[in-house]
Amino acid sequence: MSTTISPQVRLANDIAAQFPHRTREQAAAAIADHIRKFWDPRMRADLSRRKDSEPESFDPAALRAARILEGETG
Amino acid sequence: MSLLKEPDYGTPAKDGPATVSVEVDGIPVTVPEGTSVMRAAALSGIDIPKLCATDSLEAFGSCRMCLVEIEGKRGYPASCTTPVAEGMKVSTQTSKVDKLRQGVMELYISDHPLDCLTCSANGDCELQDRAGEVGLRQVRFGQERGENHLDLEKDTSNPYFDFNPSKCIVCSRCVRACDEVQGTFALTIEGRGFDSQVSAGGTDFMNSDCVSCGACVQACPTDSLMEKSVVDLGMPNRSVLTTCAYCGVGCSFKAELRGDEVVRMVPYKDGGANEGHSCVKGRFAFGYASHPDRVTSPMIRESNTDEWREVDWDTAISHVAQRMTDIQARHGAGTIGGITSSRCTNEEVYAVQKMVRAAFGNNNVDTCARVCHSPTGYGLKQTFGESAGTQDFKSVAQSDVIMVIGANPTDAHPVFASRMKRRLREGAKLIVVDPRKIDLVRTPHIEAAHHLQLNPGTNVAIVNAMGHVVVTEGLVDRSFVGDRCEDFDAWAEFIAGPENSPEVMEPVTGVPAEELREAARLYATGGNAAIYYGLGVTEHSQGSTMVMGMANLAMATGNIGREGVGVNPLRGQNNVQGSCDMGSFPHELAGYRHVSDDAVREVFENLWERPLVAEPGLRIPNMFDAAIDGTFRGLFVQGEDIAQSDPNIQHVTAALDSLELLVVQDLFINETAKHAHVFLPGTSFLEKDGTFTNAERRINRVRPVMKPQTGKDEWQVACDIAQAMGYPMAYDHPREIMDEIASVTPTFAGVSFDKLDKLGSIQWPCNDDAPEGTPVMHVDSFVRGKGKFMETPFVPTSERSTRKYPLILTTGRILSQYNVGAQTRRTGNVAWHPEDVLEIHPHDAEERGINDGDEVAMSSRIGRTTLRATISERMPSGVVYTTFHHPETGANVVTTENSDWATNCPEYKVTAVQVAPLNPGGKPTTVHDDEPALVE
Repeated sequence: MSTTISPQVRLANDIAAQFPHRTREQAAAAIADHIRKFWDPRMRADLSRRKDSEPESFDPAALRAARILEGETG
Repeated sequence: MSLLKEPDYGTPAKDGPATVSVEVDGIPVTVPEGTSVMRAAALSGIDIPKLCATDSLEAFGSCRMCLVEIEGKRGYPASCTTPVAEGMKVSTQTSKVDKLRQGVMELYISDHPLDCLTCSANGDCELQDRAGEVGLRQVRFGQERGENHLDLEKDTSNPYFDFNPSKCIVCSRCVRACDEVQGTFALTIEGRGFDSQVSAGGTDFMNSDCVSCGACVQACPTDSLMEKSVVDLGMPNRSVLTTCAYCGVGCSFKAELRGDEVVRMVPYKDGGANEGHSCVKGRFAFGYASHPDRVTSPMIRESNTDEWREVDWDTAISHVAQRMTDIQARHGAGTIGGITSSRCTNEEVYAVQKMVRAAFGNNNVDTCARVCHSPTGYGLKQTFGESAGTQDFKSVAQSDVIMVIGANPTDAHPVFASRMKRRLREGAKLIVVDPRKIDLVRTPHIEAAHHLQLNPGTNVAIVNAMGHVVVTEGLVDRSFVGDRCEDFDAWAEFIAGPENSPEVMEPVTGVPAEELREAARLYATGGNAAIYYGLGVTEHSQGSTMVMGMANLAMATGNIGREGVGVNPLRGQNNVQGSCDMGSFPHELAGYRHVSDDAVREVFENLWERPLVAEPGLRIPNMFDAAIDGTFRGLFVQGEDIAQSDPNIQHVTAALDSLELLVVQDLFINETAKHAHVFLPGTSFLEKDGTFTNAERRINRVRPVMKPQTGKDEWQVACDIAQAMGYPMAYDHPREIMDEIASVTPTFAGVSFDKLDKLGSIQWPCNDDAPEGTPVMHVDSFVRGKGKFMETPFVPTSERSTRKYPLILTTGRILSQYNVGAQTRRTGNVAWHPEDVLEIHPHDAEERGINDGDEVAMSSRIGRTTLRATISERMPSGVVYTTFHHPETGANVVTTENSDWATNCPEYKVTAVQVAPLNPGGKPTTVHDDEPALVE
């Protein structure tokens, strides 16, 4: 377990881990919805930046969710 | 005993529709069947003299003071043990019974010291009062009054009360209170005849099983069991009704004072939550409010390494406002925020969140429930539609099966535990789900039918396996599910999957499959089944999932919507429920309504005359991360010691030290205040005027016993800061804040101080549909309409034991201490728990060469601390346990950044650690330079 991963990516991956019973698209939609409801915009912006700079840190569904959220925050 | 007495009807009330009509001294009275003659008399306004009877205890019939005559019956029956019968005619005052009572009293007094004038119970002694009532004029027996017991040694071992056997009349009220009310069975009567005396199991009180709940002191009719404070200070002469500021039970107390000094706290019989019972914290541990460590003047300093400089309120307020405004001007509106406290009143919490949202202009407000019950709010909202427990505490008296999950109520919620134990002694079945063998598993006259001793971190696997049994064995309440719920079929298909079976889960959970199946069958078919849970559910990486899993289980078996059932969080602090209700979460306004809801926001914007941000703000852990990355720079902390209570303390303190401005409002210079730039003195519960809301949604009044020692109410401080930042915010009285809360929060629409004073307390929702509140929720339909089944796949935590860290640490509380200990460490309660200890299984201890009482070092991948080991078979092998009441130990030095996926609630309950003995020099036996671990 890495402690160097950014908090936002870690949290997004934690959410993504909860949807093993869903397809990636379904999971990504649920993750994005959750993040939209509970995350401060600066956290979402950070996630959006990191999806481009360190996509390898992301769970695939979390990465897809980050792309869904892209552009929703300034 | 209590100087300021509520009516005592002598024996407990009886329930039931059938009634009986009798005449007492010619006065007709109709009472429920089974009522005692004594109680019927009291209800008709006639007090029959009594000594061994009191209405919190079952009739005992030993003192013979309450004899009466009954027309047509021979002899003189004891009115306490004689039930009424239809048409009965009772005479309570005849020359014969008068004479008998005088004779009985004469015998009592013949063996009682005649030192009334110097006795600490003088003026508050039932023996003294009854002697006067029966007209005792002479005592013919015994030359030296009390000679049989005068030489007996007084037991002063307890920090809060003395036991004086020479004053004891052996009425057994203390023994019965310990048995019936508290359920500890610590006391007994030893000896026979004149040798009979109360005994704490053959030892002194301090070394006995006594838990110092005070029930025996409360029950004692004489000076035999008496508060030391009364002995020292004298009898109180006035009383203020208020609410305890410790756990989420929210007990009502009479604060009894002599002048302006609190002499004692006496549990209030009409308190809805506690009904006259108490625990060692609420009853006795209030001395912190006047502790010399208390800081009562504002202080500021430029750097958090400078010395504090005392200033007046105006200077402090303008300093905070100017610095906060300056940070926003330089870095943006969203760079400051606040944290509200579950120890503060609803009105104080509401004021702080309003200050943040309206004056700071952002939603960066969170509350300490983030680190305890935020998963409850999330999980119950998703499934039932409301972020609150479903029942009132009384409901447990109707339960047939009680499932306690991740809670230790005898330590953390002791007054509710006593209610629960009473029902268990009556025959309800108990299921305990906990890695530790908590006291409830086997305690006097109680033994759990099933103790599912699961591996830490596998709650969801357990609840899913139980759901699997319910669905696959045909135990679903089809009618309830069909009428009341939605998404059942999808959940049933998911839960019936073989991966959720007890057999597949057994290697994960460590719980034998057949035992789990039996427990699930009992829960589903044993009658009214209720779930009570604590932080052992929520403080996990799947805390929210587990809350939803329990809700699924309750819905599938129809255990929702009536007395005796439900899903019930046992809240950790006194106002966790209230602080959440008041809009403390960064994504929700008061009443759990999302900030993105335009219609809801409009209500607040119209009232507050400020535009509100429609996006969620930062949660507490996010604030720490943002502080370290420089996007969050100013923080107001109301009554919460985040530098001791939050996980990964090194990370927390690094965040606090990154802030440009940290403002702490508290009673003491706590661990957080050591990093602060401004200290604003807070008020204790004895000074507050407002309301607390307990775990059963009961809103109780908190009344000021004394004026604020700081010269300013806490809600006023939030108002002043807001004003100084340019936002007009003012109230003349906290009742106006509650009126505002009611005006913007549908579930509080009918709440006001006047109504609270009239009704005593109110359980929300309180509105036109439920003008006097709602003891049990979701009765005919769920708040969200249909109860929603949620699929809850088990996902193991990433925190696992390894070769380097082979043990799992779980943390919690102990009875005598509370949370970070800021209050209880400044009371006599330290006599029971002067330091945090590490409980470790004998096998794990032996393997490491650890003896009971040894100093040990405990390390995790995050940090290291030292503490004393206690070898305990309560622990399973591979699991260790400690508390977080003492900053010196700093249990949270080792806890990690892991958190609940949905709410960010920390995973306090699972930390992989290693433990090793310290050498006499205090150094760990083995430390490698390149790793934080101890011996392998």
